[in-house]
Amino acid sequence: MLQYFLKRVLYAIPIALGVSLVCFALVHVAPGDPLASVLPPDASLEMQQLMRTIYGFDRPLPVQFALWLWRAFVGDLGVSIATGRPVAGEVWHAFGNTFMLAALAAAFGFLVGGLLGLLAGYYRGGWIDRTASTLSIAGISVPHYWLGMVMAIVFSVQLNWLPATGAGPGGSAAWSWDWEHVRFLILPALTMSAIPLGIVARSMRALVGDILSQEFVEALRAKGLSERGIFAHILKNAAPTALAVMGLQLGYLLGGSILIETVFAWPGTGFLLGNAILQRDLPLLQGTILVLAMFFVILNLLVDVAQTWLDPRIKRA
Amino acid sequence: MDFRKLAIAAAAGMLFAAGHAGAQGTLRIGMTASDIPLTTGQTDQGGEGMRFLGYTVYDALINWDLSSADKASDLVPGLATEWKVDAADRTKWTFKLRPGVKFHDGSAFDSAAVIWNLEKLLNQQAPQFDPRQSAQGRSRIPAVASYRAVDPMTVEIATKTPDATFPYQIAWIMMSSPAQWEKVGRNWDSFAKTPSGTGPWKIVNFVPRERVEMVPYPGYWDARRVPKLERLVLVPLPEASARTAALRSGQVDWIEAPAPDAIASLKQAGMQIVTNAYPHNWTWHLSRVEGSPWNDIRVRKAANLAVDRDGIKELLGGLAIPAKGFFPPGHQWFGNPAFKLRHDVAEARKLMTEAGYGPNKPLETKILIAPSGSGQMQPLPMNEFVQQNLAEAWIKITFEVVDWNTLINIWRAGAKHESSRGATGMNYTYFIQDPFTGLIRHLQTSLQPPAGTNWGYYSDKDMDALFDKVRNTFDAAEQTKVLQKIHEKYVDEALFLMVTHDVNPRAMSPKVKGFVQAQNWFQDFSPVYMAK
Repeated sequence: MLQYFLKRVLYAIPIALGVSLVCFALVHVAPGDPLASVLPPDASLEMQQLMRTIYGFDRPLPVQFALWLWRAFVGDLGVSIATGRPVAGEVWHAFGNTFMLAALAAAFGFLVGGLLGLLAGYYRGGWIDRTASTLSIAGISVPHYWLGMVMAIVFSVQLNWLPATGAGPGGSAAWSWDWEHVRFLILPALTMSAIPLGIVARSMRALVGDILSQEFVEALRAKGLSERGIFAHILKNAAPTALAVMGLQLGYLLGGSILIETVFAWPGTGFLLGNAILQRDLPLLQGTILVLAMFFVILNLLVDVAQTWLDPRIKRA
Repeated sequence: MDFRKLAIAAAAGMLFAAGHAGAQGTLRIGMTASDIPLTTGQTDQGGEGMRFLGYTVYDALINWDLSSADKASDLVPGLATEWKVDAADRTKWTFKLRPGVKFHDGSAFDSAAVIWNLEKLLNQQAPQFDPRQSAQGRSRIPAVASYRAVDPMTVEIATKTPDATFPYQIAWIMMSSPAQWEKVGRNWDSFAKTPSGTGPWKIVNFVPRERVEMVPYPGYWDARRVPKLERLVLVPLPEASARTAALRSGQVDWIEAPAPDAIASLKQAGMQIVTNAYPHNWTWHLSRVEGSPWNDIRVRKAANLAVDRDGIKELLGGLAIPAKGFFPPGHQWFGNPAFKLRHDVAEARKLMTEAGYGPNKPLETKILIAPSGSGQMQPLPMNEFVQQNLAEAWIKITFEVVDWNTLINIWRAGAKHESSRGATGMNYTYFIQDPFTGLIRHLQTSLQPPAGTNWGYYSDKDMDALFDKVRNTFDAAEQTKVLQKIHEKYVDEALFLMVTHDVNPRAMSPKVKGFVQAQNWFQDFSPVYMAK
């Protein structure tokens, strides 16, 4: 197991390097001046040149990449052009906020989605299946920024139950786990959970249907095993694939959602990334993408290991 | 004993109540900015940055008068009580500083602080040089050649050439506290968290990207601008629907730039919609390079006559002022142009016929536009509306759509540059608050790219002479007359396609009282209070 884990870690290194190269190249290929956020539109050519030198954008791209990679390797992601604050601190703070959101969205989405899928698969063709399928398709299909706006209109503007924007009465820096703060999490988390809920439900339904049609289930029934026991077998067989789906979805959730976090002004990684894109804040953009990509790589690694642990046949494959 | 304690508590309570009797409530504002603008003095994020984190926390030597909604703002003494140019050498300006002014940290404001602040922007070798503030402030004071402290309360600044517009330039430069910068370890990032200026508001809480909280500065030097509120909270809410939802759910009391389609529902919900003219315009900047069809004054006038400006106002839900010139009607520099901007398709067609065009031989040309951008209002439907209007006068427009930052780069590069893709005009909105930003920078020959932002390469000896005259006319009334002449020339020669002016709409709860929306990009929050 340890050998398998180390091998997977080794595989992750070239992936990480590739990701860093791609994210550096992408933000430099994209149109727009990285100094747009710090210079007034009518800044003179001399001023633009001066700033380019001060921020190091006058150096050749390979040199810029090498310097950035080396600093990133030692944990320094540079300084945001727009704010002057260290990128690592900005990303870490935003990631903490997105993590709260993603955790709640995942807990709700995976639990409800898993349950819906399980019931839909078990009672295939019945009204439970049709209701669950309708809900899961709606979750996947409805544009989540639209859903977010509707949620804000209904629950904040009309009913005045929950706040529409922000991360607590004093901002995320003063966050605490009491109702005054947690109520700010609910609307964005519910909106964010719609897609994973739908995807997990759909996957679970297909998996359960597939497992139910296999011969071993017939055999278990013929042997007289109770439905509860059969249900346990279905769950165990569905778990590795369901885990892979959930792992991927968790990765997406941890990446934050630019649209949802913007609609709810939630100061997470999506909001940060949206700002960085709009302001052409290259260090912030590169740093955020790199950290999120690394999370994705690590999460996939963990899911792979967990799958192997649940089903040792995967290791042999 | 118990009675004594009770009496002390009651007295303390009365004192506390008395202390807060004048302060009325907390005002929470949803800004359109996606981040808190720079808090160190020279703000970023354009006009909104200066509005919320510039003139609130800081002062310039010369400030804008933001007290009236009825007339365009002008300059008033700020941290300098008076300023004058040397009659013998008109490059030398002397500023007499206001005595007794203290920064929020308690340190004194004097000539050394002024020099220190100029160095923070202009001298890369100075320990306090700040690239971010320099990027914002340096290009605002291009005229500065040198500076020195004459005595503790007098500063002399020399300009490169005589420049009567210099006071407008100096009104951009915010004075940060040198003592506070020293106190926080000579570090601008630390200063950003605990800034200190001389302005009427003092920052007490700063959460990057989320909120900034200010309280009145009791020692503010201008009694008229001592804030009435107890606290001012600024929240970045870049998404228009999020701002509307935040206002309607009571999370904020005031939002900047509500979406035009939300105005009716906001009014229905009892919100106040406050608008006013301000120095902004929405134009097509026309290319004057060789071969441009806009070199023909008949074509420029025809285009200006073909635009249905009232229709555009209707399109924008009434939130616009139809252009009568480059400046909004009623502005002190408007003058009396002979060419009246009106919707007259018959006259437009007559001019186009004279210029050699007709229904079977329309003028075909390309215009650069961006789908969004700071101050661009609703660029796509507005440009399409103008496109349909011009088609009626046989001007067939095709659009080259680029993103806003790309458009800014093209604007800097000039109409001759390949990035302009052969376009003969671009849709651009302008901040037109002072003679340079309002008039000179667009058309002075010496400011053709790459030296400046005369994108269209306009060049006219008479116009250049007028610009020189503005810079050399040091009497304010006389200078206004010259500026009026320039504006008349702008309109009479139809130098731009002048379409409309924004009205800077704001939506606020009925509890917000006392706000006077100045005809300016910046605003004064001191008179605002919250009704109980």
